[in-house]
Amino acid sequence: MSRRRGIPRWHGVAEFFIVFLAMAAIAAIILIFTFIAREALPLLWEKTETLERAHLVVPQLWHGYEEPVAVWQPVGKVPKYNILPLFVGTLKVTVLAMLISAPIGLASAVYLSHYASRRVREVVKPVIELLAGIPSVVLGFFGLMLIATWVHATFGFKYRLNGFVAAIALSVTIIPIIFTICEDALTAVPRPLIEGAIALGARTHQVALRVAIPAALPGIAAAMVLGFGRAIGETIVVLMASGNAAVVDLLDWSASVRTITATIAAELGEVPRGDEHWRVLFLLGSLLFLMTFLLNTFATFTVARLSARLRGETR
Amino acid sequence: MLCKAHPRAKSSNLAFHGLTALAVLIILAFLGILLGHVLAHGSGRISVEFLTASPTGGMTAGGIFPAIYGTALLTILMTIAVTPVGVATAIYLSEYASKSSRLAQFVRAAVNNLAGVPSVVFGLFGLGFFILFLGGAMDRAIGAETPIWGRPSILWAALTLSVLTLPVVIVTAEEAMKTVPRELREASHGLGATRFQTVLHVVLPGARAGILTGLILAISRGAGEVAPILFTGAANFLPRLPTDPRDMFMHLGYHVYALATQSPNVDAARPVLFGTVLVLLTLTFALNFVAILIRSRLRAGGNR
Repeated sequence: MSRRRGIPRWHGVAEFFIVFLAMAAIAAIILIFTFIAREALPLLWEKTETLERAHLVVPQLWHGYEEPVAVWQPVGKVPKYNILPLFVGTLKVTVLAMLISAPIGLASAVYLSHYASRRVREVVKPVIELLAGIPSVVLGFFGLMLIATWVHATFGFKYRLNGFVAAIALSVTIIPIIFTICEDALTAVPRPLIEGAIALGARTHQVALRVAIPAALPGIAAAMVLGFGRAIGETIVVLMASGNAAVVDLLDWSASVRTITATIAAELGEVPRGDEHWRVLFLLGSLLFLMTFLLNTFATFTVARLSARLRGETR
Repeated sequence: MLCKAHPRAKSSNLAFHGLTALAVLIILAFLGILLGHVLAHGSGRISVEFLTASPTGGMTAGGIFPAIYGTALLTILMTIAVTPVGVATAIYLSEYASKSSRLAQFVRAAVNNLAGVPSVVFGLFGLGFFILFLGGAMDRAIGAETPIWGRPSILWAALTLSVLTLPVVIVTAEEAMKTVPRELREASHGLGATRFQTVLHVVLPGARAGILTGLILAISRGAGEVAPILFTGAANFLPRLPTDPRDMFMHLGYHVYALATQSPNVDAARPVLFGTVLVLLTLTFALNFVAILIRSRLRAGGNR
């Protein structure tokens, strides 16, 4: 940029810094992955006495067991680092949380965009935004204190803290995400489509179910994917409310559950740097990063496609 | 009147109306129960002493002042770090990059992805990058025998949080700059101003309230996050307040987490717990409320 008279010299410097600082987000993504993988990768070539790489995923016949099992038991005479139970735990909690929050999030978005009066909308929307602002440690505390007591009194599970309690608390964190994106997608549906359906005599539920939701489907799908990604990565809520025993039972939600995130948060503080336990925890972190990265990229593309499609239809 | 031919349509519309309204009611009820419960159990605890004294009796008595102080200092440091980077990125995306710019698309994709990175992964990043790599390098540079920089501290925790809140600032600041009318920019260019002068004297003043909203939202988010500070600087109990960026700190959210999960006597800690939750919740709600207020006023103004 050529310098004109009367333009201070620092303007050029400031412009350079604007572009320089704008690269921070890209740098952050690269640095996050590099520096987490850096602590995990030595697992690939370092020889350790107790850890075979195959043990990370393949069930082993450990001393004292009848048949090969997949266990996560990092502390003990023979540390066992099978990461499968943690993935099963994460999947269990997130799937149940999605089963709760997807219908609630979508239905409330439909209500606000099709049934609610303007005044109701202006009150309810900020309130749900407020729900999104609750710190996860408060929700975890709430799960631990109130939801756990309620679930225990209602269902009488053997353990007070379990996958079901964690899933309810977790669903509160993702309902606002699903709601917000679904609501945006539903209100972005072109007015002529809606008005056309009404002119043909459709009732509101027919407009919502047969016109608005199909048109907004990619956005709704993106909402579910982003909600799922957030649920996988949520740490403090599951750490406080899930009970944290690594049990590999895919269908029993009344049992205690240990997720990937809770394992990292609970164990890393006690492990010396460079230990194989340390490396496995960073490996879990890398896998977590990769999973959410893929889910986010997928969701971003779907939203972009949706807006392109809706623009194409109106023209 | 076509629907008269389908009497079922009316009742299924009613049922659908009811079901979707029920979903909203569930959300509102949950929020109401949560707030009511925390208020009922926590408000009795709030006193001047609770807010200004240090914990005593194994954290089951006394106050939570060090945690309030630590949270405030942490978010101030975080804001200092995140503001220039976030606003600069927003200026770049909104004022400098052309629509078809590949680089800008990469920046946007990175911002989107950064917003979805799990909070505990930020904790690992803070430990691996800031503490072990940067801090370790600084220790080697000054020839320190024992780690001075390469250990958990409020500085590293604040920098970790600033990376976590960066997307919030960027997205809201860019949105705010987009609301500045294009005619104002064109008028400024027409008067012979350079692009940077236009940014400085037209875009930034016009987007001030929106940028402020972004910072408030970032502070509210940063103040409540616990997972990223678990390994980067939060401490369970400290006898004195942090005075140096290399000190560790106490934190409201971490205080709740530690008391609820690691306290030897949870029943004795319960009043302090509810009091701390109430303080934390009041803080984040107040911040969010202000942000929502500014934002709705901006939106109303933008339509005129």
